[in-house]
Amino acid sequence: MWRYVATRLLQGAAVIFLVATATFLILRLTPGNPIDVLVGEAEVTPEQVAGIKQLWGLDRPWYEQYLTWLGNMARGNFGVSVIRTGVPVGTMLAQAAPVTITLNIAALVASVAIAIPVGILAGIRRYSALDYLGTVGATLGVALPSFWVSLMAIILFAVKLRWLPPFGLHSWSGYILPAAVLATEQTAVLTRMMRGSVASVLHQDYVRTGRAKGLPEAAVVLRHAVRNALLPVITVLGYRMAFLLSGTIIVETVFALPGIGRLLTDSVYHLDYQVVQAIALLLAVIVVVANIATDLVYALVDPRIRIG
Amino acid sequence: MRRLHAPGAGLGAAVATRSTATSHRRSEAWRAWRRFTRYRPGVAGLIVVALIGLVAIFANVLAPYSPTAVHPSMRGAGPTLAHPLGYDHVGRDILSRLIYGSRIAIVVAVLATGIAVAIGVAIGTTAGYLGGRVDAVLSRITDALMAFPILVLLIALVAVLGPSLANVILVIGTTAWASYARVVRAEVLSLREQEFVLAARATGATDRRIIWRHLVPNVVGPVIVLATLSVGNIIILEAALSFLGLGVRPPTPDWGGMLADGRAFITIYPQIVIAPGAMIAITVLAFNLLGDGLRDALDPRQRD
Repeated sequence: MWRYVATRLLQGAAVIFLVATATFLILRLTPGNPIDVLVGEAEVTPEQVAGIKQLWGLDRPWYEQYLTWLGNMARGNFGVSVIRTGVPVGTMLAQAAPVTITLNIAALVASVAIAIPVGILAGIRRYSALDYLGTVGATLGVALPSFWVSLMAIILFAVKLRWLPPFGLHSWSGYILPAAVLATEQTAVLTRMMRGSVASVLHQDYVRTGRAKGLPEAAVVLRHAVRNALLPVITVLGYRMAFLLSGTIIVETVFALPGIGRLLTDSVYHLDYQVVQAIALLLAVIVVVANIATDLVYALVDPRIRIG
Repeated sequence: MRRLHAPGAGLGAAVATRSTATSHRRSEAWRAWRRFTRYRPGVAGLIVVALIGLVAIFANVLAPYSPTAVHPSMRGAGPTLAHPLGYDHVGRDILSRLIYGSRIAIVVAVLATGIAVAIGVAIGTTAGYLGGRVDAVLSRITDALMAFPILVLLIALVAVLGPSLANVILVIGTTAWASYARVVRAEVLSLREQEFVLAARATGATDRRIIWRHLVPNVVGPVIVLATLSVGNIIILEAALSFLGLGVRPPTPDWGGMLADGRAFITIYPQIVIAPGAMIAITVLAFNLLGDGLRDALDPRQRD
């Protein structure tokens, strides 16, 4: 077990190192120079440009910048935003993170709360009206682009009905629409998974045994079938972290929420190296940790899996 | 799945004359077509995909007006008989822009998928066929790419290369290959051990010949299915990049870009964003249903 954990952690570290190196190289090869962006149309002398470069360490060779950057990252020092002159990237991330975390937790809770019961019912009563409805909903949920669903939600709930704010985060009600949109695709995928999982578990011997010894159907389904059917769904939940984070970028941009995703797109427009690198790395770390945690949780809850 | 070198078929072909061998192949395709047509949503998907393809090809004939001509006095004007979808925020005919926009969606979908398939098949075949350390390294890279939020990667890459049609195709194509590599690797791993590959090797076939003549033709089925199922995703990614202002440059008509324009004016002209999003959704849905149908027809093992 510990050997397995160590191996997975080592692999995870390798993936993060790969991502870190890739983001560093990609962004350093950018044709657009951050100094040009910073200076804009203003008249500057070459000496002033050199001064700025020296101040930010941009005059040193790329491998020196790379090693310094790696060392800083490892120590949790994300550097300073060159473009937004002087604000530490760590501070920017810390300000944006709560918005993104709240949004993702809300979407996760909502999607699980809907997908698990609907998936169970659809799995038990396959080819019923509810199952059919669930299938149509799931097919649409995957095909509808989240940015369009967001815009439609804004038109309906903000422009026409005026129940909720269209953009921004002036009160907690600003979270409702973005979280609902973010939950849509997740719910569709989870419902499909849960349905398939329940349907396949119902054919197992232990379900037949439960019925044969006269257990009430509810006990058979809830205590025996559902508990086993949840296992693969837990896995998918962990692996879908990357999708949820991608969705966050879109949703935060549409609804103008000051989260990590919005910070990323804004930083890209401004060619703000430090911030883009830090966010890419942060997201990679989150995804890798989520995947490892999923594997371990899976092994813990399912005694049939022996690792090591 | 259709095994071109299935042991049973080999036995039959050895006895059969040439003419029955061709009719056997035709009946195999015929059976796949029969399986495909039995799934109604898949047929509907095929028809819609074909229609959108035709619209894209004949956009210049079908569009009633110029997609870029601006009529400032008509900003945000609602639908009329002559302009069924109305005007956008600067006074351009929305229907014409929608029709031309299908070109970008289809071009990106086809070319990016082509790049992704080429890379994925190459990496998957190499990893599966060579195995060992090469496989370990390639599989780790594939895993890393699959785990990473792909939109973040696309945003970072487009930021570097600059937003343009060619770069969008390139960037999506070079990041969307991981699922192909994984599927092809798994297929090649099992194919590699089968008798017909062993037989080929025994007769002195080179690695290159084994890969091209015996392995690649056998992964075509699953790859076609996966490609069709992934096209929808690529269309959404392309639209997402345009929506974020990192895709095709305006004034080129593009569905994602139309949504971005509409978003800024959503409280004044809410009708602008309805049609482009609906087109994206219909196109994605059609490709997904077509993919489901093809999976049933070409790769019956994967049915759920």
